[in-house]
Amino acid sequence: MGEMEELRKEAENLKDQITEARKVVQDATLPEVAAGTAVVGRVQLKTRKTLRGHLAKIYAMHWGADTKLCVSASQDGKLIVWDTLTTNKVNAIPLKSSWVMTCAYAPSGNLVACGGLDNMCSIYNLKGKDGNVKVMRELAAHTGYLSCCRFLSDSEIITSSGDCTCVLWDIETGTQKTIFAGHMGDCMSLAVSPDFKTFISGACDFTAKLWDIREATCRQTFSGHESDINAIGFFPNGNAVITGSDDATCKLYDLRADQELITYQDSSIMCGVTSLAPSLSGRLLLAGYDDFNVNIWDTLKGERVGVLAGHDNRVSCIGVSSDGMACCTGSWDSFLKIWN
Amino acid sequence: MAQTNNYGQSSNGVADESPNMLVYRKMEDVIARMQDEKNGIPIRTVKSFLSKIPSVFSGSDIVQWMIKNLNIEDQVEALHLGTLMAAHGYFFPISDHVLTLKDDGTFYRFQTPCFTIPNCWEPENTDYAVYLCKRTMQNKARLELADYEAESLARLQRAFARKWEFIFMQAEAQAKVDKKRDKIERKILDSQERAFWDVHRPVPGCVNTTEADIKKSSRMKQPHKTRKSVYGLQNDIRSHSPTHIPAPEVKEPTEEELQDQIHHWQAQLDRHRLKMSKVAESLVSYTEQYAEFDPFFTSPEPSNPWISDDNTAWELEVSKEPGQQRVKRWGFGINEVLKDPVGREQFLKFLESEFSSENLRFWLAVQEVKKRPIREVPTRVQEIWQEFLAPGAPSAINVDSKSYDKTTQNVKDPGRYAFEDAQEHIYKLMKSDSYSRFIRSNAYQELLQAKKKKTKNLF
Repeated sequence: MGEMEELRKEAENLKDQITEARKVVQDATLPEVAAGTAVVGRVQLKTRKTLRGHLAKIYAMHWGADTKLCVSASQDGKLIVWDTLTTNKVNAIPLKSSWVMTCAYAPSGNLVACGGLDNMCSIYNLKGKDGNVKVMRELAAHTGYLSCCRFLSDSEIITSSGDCTCVLWDIETGTQKTIFAGHMGDCMSLAVSPDFKTFISGACDFTAKLWDIREATCRQTFSGHESDINAIGFFPNGNAVITGSDDATCKLYDLRADQELITYQDSSIMCGVTSLAPSLSGRLLLAGYDDFNVNIWDTLKGERVGVLAGHDNRVSCIGVSSDGMACCTGSWDSFLKIWN
Repeated sequence: MAQTNNYGQSSNGVADESPNMLVYRKMEDVIARMQDEKNGIPIRTVKSFLSKIPSVFSGSDIVQWMIKNLNIEDQVEALHLGTLMAAHGYFFPISDHVLTLKDDGTFYRFQTPCFTIPNCWEPENTDYAVYLCKRTMQNKARLELADYEAESLARLQRAFARKWEFIFMQAEAQAKVDKKRDKIERKILDSQERAFWDVHRPVPGCVNTTEADIKKSSRMKQPHKTRKSVYGLQNDIRSHSPTHIPAPEVKEPTEEELQDQIHHWQAQLDRHRLKMSKVAESLVSYTEQYAEFDPFFTSPEPSNPWISDDNTAWELEVSKEPGQQRVKRWGFGINEVLKDPVGREQFLKFLESEFSSENLRFWLAVQEVKKRPIREVPTRVQEIWQEFLAPGAPSAINVDSKSYDKTTQNVKDPGRYAFEDAQEHIYKLMKSDSYSRFIRSNAYQELLQAKKKKTKNLF
């Protein structure tokens, strides 16, 4: 027992030292440095399209790489691929399990994936020979719910799970290539870096971790949130990470300074953050909240510069298309909306 | 506002494990301030027709107070926050089942603490049955069941057919106790009880704010413990939600995990950290550089298809045309060139004209093999090795000896990342050498200028 105590003390000691080391480089704050930058002004986005068709809560959505198609997952047990411009449903895929929590679109546009309480990540081929969309693979090995998944290519996918791990899978063989363990709580969300070499995960242990995909190691851990981290994303230059939490705040952590640069919060915002997405330049952060709104933040100055109020229930997912032209929100009210 | 009532003990300790506790605490803080005797909202008794309306305040009172005392800009924000708090049951309109805040003379009342969410969590359907049953026994027009309540009661009677006698007795007992209360106290308590049920059994069409995300609810510790009856009845039928898997205990690290953690913290401690001013500047300059490409800031050329219904902007992107904006972006960094298919094409063309394209071709080939299905990888790796790295390779590239040795080893047991080290080396070479030459080249400069001329001609 004494040894465990020793180890715990050593870990705590190291963490204290890290805190001190971080303080050493705190020579300025982000808003201070950004003081000379032009003010953003009020950002007002309008709903351009409403995608109707789901019959129950929408839990997840993901844009395809072609900027017009997106996939959404709902508790009505369907995965729908939408042509967001025409609002037509390109595919409506019935799922085996209706308790779906996440969905993803492969960069190639050939595959989509989803998963949830079934603890599995199911891969569907959209471009099958006979035109039918079928399950291509079922990736099963997690011992907890599948909270998030993201494709690296048509051959590899990364998943995060309620079993506190993230896994890199080879889709073709259906096997786990790498297990990323280290979180002490359910992993809720993940995001892949623009160069596809690293990914970040947010968990219910209130921390975010940066993982090296090839080396299979955790490079950095970021803490500071007071509750579960539900959403996570990269700043477009790949050098910073943004997290959203049940503590009603979003935080920006810089990878090279190895610490938090700024917190996005307001005393009148009391509800948890469910999802987030930066605009193409990274200047704006769009975050979905439990109070049915999306708040738009100026990432540099830390001020709230806009609100999207259009949903009648919790905003559960949000995404900005790869060309930055449109933002899509999905909600428990069963609708998806396109804004810009 | 201590009230004795019919209800059993609150399931207090368990509520702490709700993932939304932070939210409730924040709301409670605001409510406490609203209820402050000196600086809170003035509560009064209003005389109406033949009776008095006790302990109320108006919607406008709430809005005014919020604008004055909270960090709230305008009425819209106040209504949003106020409606949120009403939907969570902290105060309620006395004459409506729908819990929203209106900026007018509508009367509101505070909820009693023992009915608020942290203290009273997830009442049972049997509790609801007792409540509705009791309402039918009370002979007051204002307590008549709404249509949806009557439907619920009918459903519950079918569901609990076997124990209905017990439920009925409970309802009777409660009704009896209620009759003995002071009239004013009854009015208040009745409204608070109704508001409690408006939160947990909302009017059809209204959002149930107590609904938890299934990711969280499958984590709630000891779900059986939370099911404590509001009215002191036995635990019963679960509401229809996914099977509650007994959540894992808070993970205490094992010795091995602690060793790993220490190793990790040590590595993180040894990291070189850049100054915050420096990284902040780099973020600022990135956003400034890309502002003109961010459609939320700068209207795309010629227009944003979402707004104008004109797809030209997208057609330009898809076409092989090196448009001016696109070409300009290539100048930001090598990644922009490598990301864009047209950029890659132009870069390759330029390098071929210089007879130095092997580096880029190698880089592209390695990127491609990383996406291949695993069964195709070994063959492809061999092909790349033969083409670029083997002795006598037709497109020989120059890598440092360390990377070369490592790659030689990797190729013997080829995986997707066999060329990772070599690729890193080549990438750095391209960045400092080939890329800079490309950007300075006539070919690139012409592209940059050419489009400018073209757009001028359009006008």
